[in-house]
Amino acid sequence: MKIRSMFAALAATAAMPLTAHAVDLEVTHWWTSGGEAAAVAEFAKAFDATGNHWVDGAIAGSGGTARPIMISRITGGDPMAATQFNHGRQAEELVEAGLMRDLTDVAEAEGWADLVNPPTLLDACTLDGRIYCVPVNIHSWQWLWLSNQAFADAGVPVPANWDEFVAAAPALEAAGKIPLAVGQQPWQTSGAFDVLLVALAGPDVFRKVYGDKDAEAAAGPEIARVFQAADDARRMSANSNVQDWNQATNLVITGQAGGQIMGDWAQGEFQVAGQVAGEDYTCLPGLGVNEIISTGGDAFYFPIVDDADVTEAQGVLASVMMSPETQVAFNLKKGSLPVRGDVDLAAANDCMKKGLEILASGNVLPSVDELLSPDTTTQKNDLFVEFFNNPDMTPEDAQARFVEIIDSAD
Amino acid sequence: MASQQRPGRLFRNMSAKVASIPMILTALVVFIGGTAWTVLYSFTDSKLLPRLRFVGFDQYERLWSANRWLVSIENLAIYGVLSLIFQLVIGFMLAVLLDQKIRFENTFRTIFLYPFALSFIVTGLVWQWILNPDFGIQSVVRGLGFESFTFDPLYNADIVIYGILIAGLWQGTGLVMCLMLAGLRGIDEDIWKAARVDGIPAWKTYIQIIIPMMRPVFITTLVIITSGIVKLYDLVVAQTGGGPGLASEVPAKYVYDFMFQAQNLGQGFAASTMMLLTVAIIVVPWAYLEFGGKKRG
Repeated sequence: MKIRSMFAALAATAAMPLTAHAVDLEVTHWWTSGGEAAAVAEFAKAFDATGNHWVDGAIAGSGGTARPIMISRITGGDPMAATQFNHGRQAEELVEAGLMRDLTDVAEAEGWADLVNPPTLLDACTLDGRIYCVPVNIHSWQWLWLSNQAFADAGVPVPANWDEFVAAAPALEAAGKIPLAVGQQPWQTSGAFDVLLVALAGPDVFRKVYGDKDAEAAAGPEIARVFQAADDARRMSANSNVQDWNQATNLVITGQAGGQIMGDWAQGEFQVAGQVAGEDYTCLPGLGVNEIISTGGDAFYFPIVDDADVTEAQGVLASVMMSPETQVAFNLKKGSLPVRGDVDLAAANDCMKKGLEILASGNVLPSVDELLSPDTTTQKNDLFVEFFNNPDMTPEDAQARFVEIIDSAD
Repeated sequence: MASQQRPGRLFRNMSAKVASIPMILTALVVFIGGTAWTVLYSFTDSKLLPRLRFVGFDQYERLWSANRWLVSIENLAIYGVLSLIFQLVIGFMLAVLLDQKIRFENTFRTIFLYPFALSFIVTGLVWQWILNPDFGIQSVVRGLGFESFTFDPLYNADIVIYGILIAGLWQGTGLVMCLMLAGLRGIDEDIWKAARVDGIPAWKTYIQIIIPMMRPVFITTLVIITSGIVKLYDLVVAQTGGGPGLASEVPAKYVYDFMFQAQNLGQGFAASTMMLLTVAIIVVPWAYLEFGGKKRG
């Protein structure tokens, strides 16, 4: 209390000429791992510098735990000032129900439409021509992270693609390593499958299955091959007894596991651990097969609050999040790519540069969150967490259930 | 004048009736009203927010074809039957042992009842550590020299529900013991004396005389245990999160996950309606026999 009031007094004196009074904004998010917390601190710092005050509302336990809390607060009439969601359809109905602040005024004043790259990011924030969220980063799922040390211990070269990785698995096991680290949270197994799908079946099949919800394509031979690869992944991850994704990443960092299929947010963990891309770890976008990335990510939404000061400050926060300096500082810590095409990321490491190149070349896909509703995503998560944990479930059975889910998707 | 001497049935105990109006209203609006609302909306395709667009039995069809729901039902059945039996048996045995006029009875009673003071979340986390193969029982026994000893129920899909059962029993049995002990204390000493005079062995006295006399206590205990079983949720969330895979999912978790994570209220409502229906099918005939019968007799 004391520290807070002191801080408020300090901020008030510092910012006196700019704004009449500081406003506390509570911002909820689920960024709690080391790299994530460091990144979100950049937002807080930049926002506090405007004379307002960022009240951190971190909710531990990843998005699956955090989103229900956020949604029930918004629908229950106790909204926070700003909240994170993944880019896409998660907040769709909240926007349709008119519970989110319209940011079009800020967006038009700053010309977001020309800045945001790829433009699909802003499309996902738009409903009936009005903009309701700030995309803050681009995250792609399609990465395979490999521990150079684990492969050195096993006496095999670091693989350059998925097939080589599968072939190296027995050597890793012989050296007492877990070939593939996978956390037990349902979204992780489901995400790993989607990565295999893009890499092995290609972007066209991905668009057909998730974009058009084409059940025939989901039943086809390309997807059958993906399920066979998922079967390999299941065997390779059989001994991986961790829950959270960052615990799994930690297995790779410490060389106890050969690799992990995880989005580029894993990069932040390598960075916090002081590891250098190319020397300590290797990253393979698109599993080294199909160099293509999906451009999902995180966005901030601003629930409607009946307080003019807060509404004003929400606009300030939105513009801070989009500003070039914050974009660079935040994304370097987070390991994600900036949403603006016009900022310089010279400090980026090798892996991020690979990502930027792919982004520049236009080999991008929409993210699964943008294509599937949370309902379908949950069904898909249920299927894959069961598949990865139940060795008796054949790839054929799993595919049959996958086809049903796609068939009934909305 | 006549009405003053013998007030009508409706106005008897007026002050008690007035005092209970808030509770009656709460029961009608919150319980009955909430239930009716839930059942109604389970026939709609409500997503994140409720809306009245009816789709017939679609939600129920999808529910009963979902593997996760079937696993949940099976788990609840196993957990329910076993925890009912074991809590009653162990609780009663402990109460009998404590009733032997032992020393330090208060101390033992406190120790056995203590877990009940912990929330299911704490219980779940404690047992997650105890049952963790790298830190808990398995590693201790291996440390004693039994290298091949394996005990990892929470990581084995076939037996994970028993790992949860152990934690549930640890938490709940103390309360059952206390209720039983109170029941035993309510039995008249003279009955014991009479049984002893007739030369009936103690175990036979318990089974044939004491337990039938404790019927009301058993009924109360049964209701408390059963309501705890149906709402089993936080223990699973804390201990396994429903894993490995879907092996320890329970119906209440299905309801929560679909209502809030999957943003599919209709599906969650359908699942909770099924839970209500199951409870009603079991409880209503039983309550009718139990309490309806007494009035006649």
